[in-house]
Amino acid sequence: MSTFMPGRKQVEGSHAVAEAIALSRPQVISCYPITPQTHIVEGLSAMVKSGALSPCEFMNVESEFAALSALIGASAAGARTYTATSSQGLLFMAEAVYNASGLGLPIVMTIGNRAIGAPINIWNDHSDSMALRDSGWIQLHAESNQEALDLHIQAFKLAEQLSCPVMVCMDGFILTHAYEEVDMPSQEQVDAFLPPFVPQQVLDPSDPITIGAMVGPDAYMEVRYLLHHKHLQAVEVIENLRKEFKRHFGRDSGGLVSSYRADDAETLVLAMGSINGTIREAVDEMRDEGHRIGSVKLCSYRPFPLEALREALKGAKRVIILEKNLATGLGGILASNTRMALRGLNTPVNTIIAGLGGRPIPKKSVVRAFRQIETGEVEEPHFLDMNWPAIHEAINNRGLVKRRESEAQRVLRSVSGVEVAKPVR
Amino acid sequence: MKSQRLKFYQTGTFTVGNRLLSDEMRSVQATVDRNNSLNSGHRACQGCGEALGARYAVDAVMRATNGQAIAVNATGCLEVFSTPFPESSWRLAWLHSLFGNAPAVAAGVSAAMRVRGKKVTVIGQGGDGGTVDIGFGCLSGMFERNDDVLYICYDNEAYMNTGVQRSGSTPPTAITATTQGVGEHPGQEFGGGKNAPRIAMAHGIPYVATASVADLRDLEEKVTTAVGIRGARYIHIHVPCPLGWGSDPALTIQIARAAVQSGLFPLYEARHGRLVKATKIRRKVPVTDYLQPQKRFAHLFGKTPNVAAIDRIQAIADANIEDYGLLDSHEDPPISLQI
Repeated sequence: MSTFMPGRKQVEGSHAVAEAIALSRPQVISCYPITPQTHIVEGLSAMVKSGALSPCEFMNVESEFAALSALIGASAAGARTYTATSSQGLLFMAEAVYNASGLGLPIVMTIGNRAIGAPINIWNDHSDSMALRDSGWIQLHAESNQEALDLHIQAFKLAEQLSCPVMVCMDGFILTHAYEEVDMPSQEQVDAFLPPFVPQQVLDPSDPITIGAMVGPDAYMEVRYLLHHKHLQAVEVIENLRKEFKRHFGRDSGGLVSSYRADDAETLVLAMGSINGTIREAVDEMRDEGHRIGSVKLCSYRPFPLEALREALKGAKRVIILEKNLATGLGGILASNTRMALRGLNTPVNTIIAGLGGRPIPKKSVVRAFRQIETGEVEEPHFLDMNWPAIHEAINNRGLVKRRESEAQRVLRSVSGVEVAKPVR
Repeated sequence: MKSQRLKFYQTGTFTVGNRLLSDEMRSVQATVDRNNSLNSGHRACQGCGEALGARYAVDAVMRATNGQAIAVNATGCLEVFSTPFPESSWRLAWLHSLFGNAPAVAAGVSAAMRVRGKKVTVIGQGGDGGTVDIGFGCLSGMFERNDDVLYICYDNEAYMNTGVQRSGSTPPTAITATTQGVGEHPGQEFGGGKNAPRIAMAHGIPYVATASVADLRDLEEKVTTAVGIRGARYIHIHVPCPLGWGSDPALTIQIARAAVQSGLFPLYEARHGRLVKATKIRRKVPVTDYLQPQKRFAHLFGKTPNVAAIDRIQAIADANIEDYGLLDSHEDPPISLQI
């Protein structure tokens, strides 16, 4: 069926994912464009249109809400289904996101992680998938394009085994648009790992059932608990799939958590996604200087692996969470969750909020922040590379500025030093 | 429609009992082996036009497909009264997802059936709120792509499930919970609302029809015709709601018939955006025959009737009669009903 060349090759992250989806033999794909995920569905569209994926239906729909809704129908009718989205698109389909997990439909969806507006911003952070973190979907975060590719193949098996939808999150632009070498498996390898989809419930005229009935106070809690229970099961299934994947493909991908130079570490840094590469380089640099520091990568954000994470972090004297999201008025979401994993241990947890809206996260800044945390010199949470003079100016000017302009415009003027042109009358 | 010449002796009525017809001419509802797709025991109100319309339509689908059909339902009365867990009145494969996505979900079911090599008719269904308001984006997308779905709207002209609020299908002067009978212009304003079947026609889809629970044979015929066509199809069925309209449950059919016979709800068929047939009015009635039995229009008929408003509603009906050629004086529907 597939006409792709297996083996090592240099491809864009989005195209690597598109090929991984193709190798997973999807039956219905829906598509609505939004940067930065669009190259994935473009790639798949070309494959379906050329007949390379036959039998497979590609639906160009009118919104993200329709994209996921169409897959809800297709999945309930027994098809293996896939779509991709980002940012506003994920929020626009939010109602259907909850519906898909509530109905127990094993849909796989890529999130090309991107900030949420306003202010409108197309660059990477984790605000989008975080906003839907409690929707009942499994959320896996890829560090590299290789891992993104591998996680998608695992995702179908995971979703179908549990009858629970899975989001594979990959950092927008940083991964989706990066050309990296990947090892593309063969169709035979993927077929040996991923069996055809056998739905746990299906719309069938010869055996008609009602799906999506109204459930009242007498049973709603039990139905929600069963979804919770799937996530508890998923903790085990994800680790098993990691081992099984390694047996089939010869490399370590996915799983719950992965540690780096952590054995004797006093400081452990926890993060999700592509920033883990920078963190490991920072760890190496600081190790060379004698710091006892290591890192832990969290791949499975939902289910949140409380036990595995506690095990990975419990030896540290200090835990630093570096995360690309902000719970306004609270701090870091991952840090909040991690504190739950560490409850009773009294391990200090510091939060670094970094990279919002695509702000670069250079190693230099990361190392500086780690050192400051080790010496107790930073505020909690710490906002990496924040332009504080611009913030102070904006706060001081609140209510004083007569000119009609937004706060975002004022900050932009302040940080750029460029006076906004006065309107011509 | 199929026809059969017969002799009968009733006078003063336009109804003909099935007993006078040959077996193959009888309506689906008259057969003992009808599917009862929406089975008895559900929680619809007495006299519910939507329950009646859904049973007529889905039974006709089941006969026309020999049982090879799947239904996707929008949130609303029809979904709520038919499926209080763990019970279900549906005697066919049935899926409910959300309020605003039934056309997209149905399109997805249809795609899955195609890719799995199964010949199954997929219907989407919902009330006017789920269809002409919150689901309209998904409906338009389904039309535009010409997805292989028959979508049926049961139009009772307001959000009945949430307690009778105004929808994009609420007629002028109708009182609802959000267009109260107060102020200078009581009820829904003139000039609002949308004509969903005409908008469906504007998509150029293979088949659009309007139908009424007052005309069972016409409804069944249109559903059967639609099942025989591939691509996007739309049937808009007028279904009185005794609760929301403030009407006697026993008068559901009579009120629905008055809507048709006054010209307020024209019955027609269109193919690929062109009107091909309009059902003639057999005995024209004034719009007051339709309005007066409904409490939502009671403010028009008090001690000082609102003659101006009634005249405007009559003008709407008269315009329909003219536009669709609903009276016998118009031999054929005007050919230039283009949009």
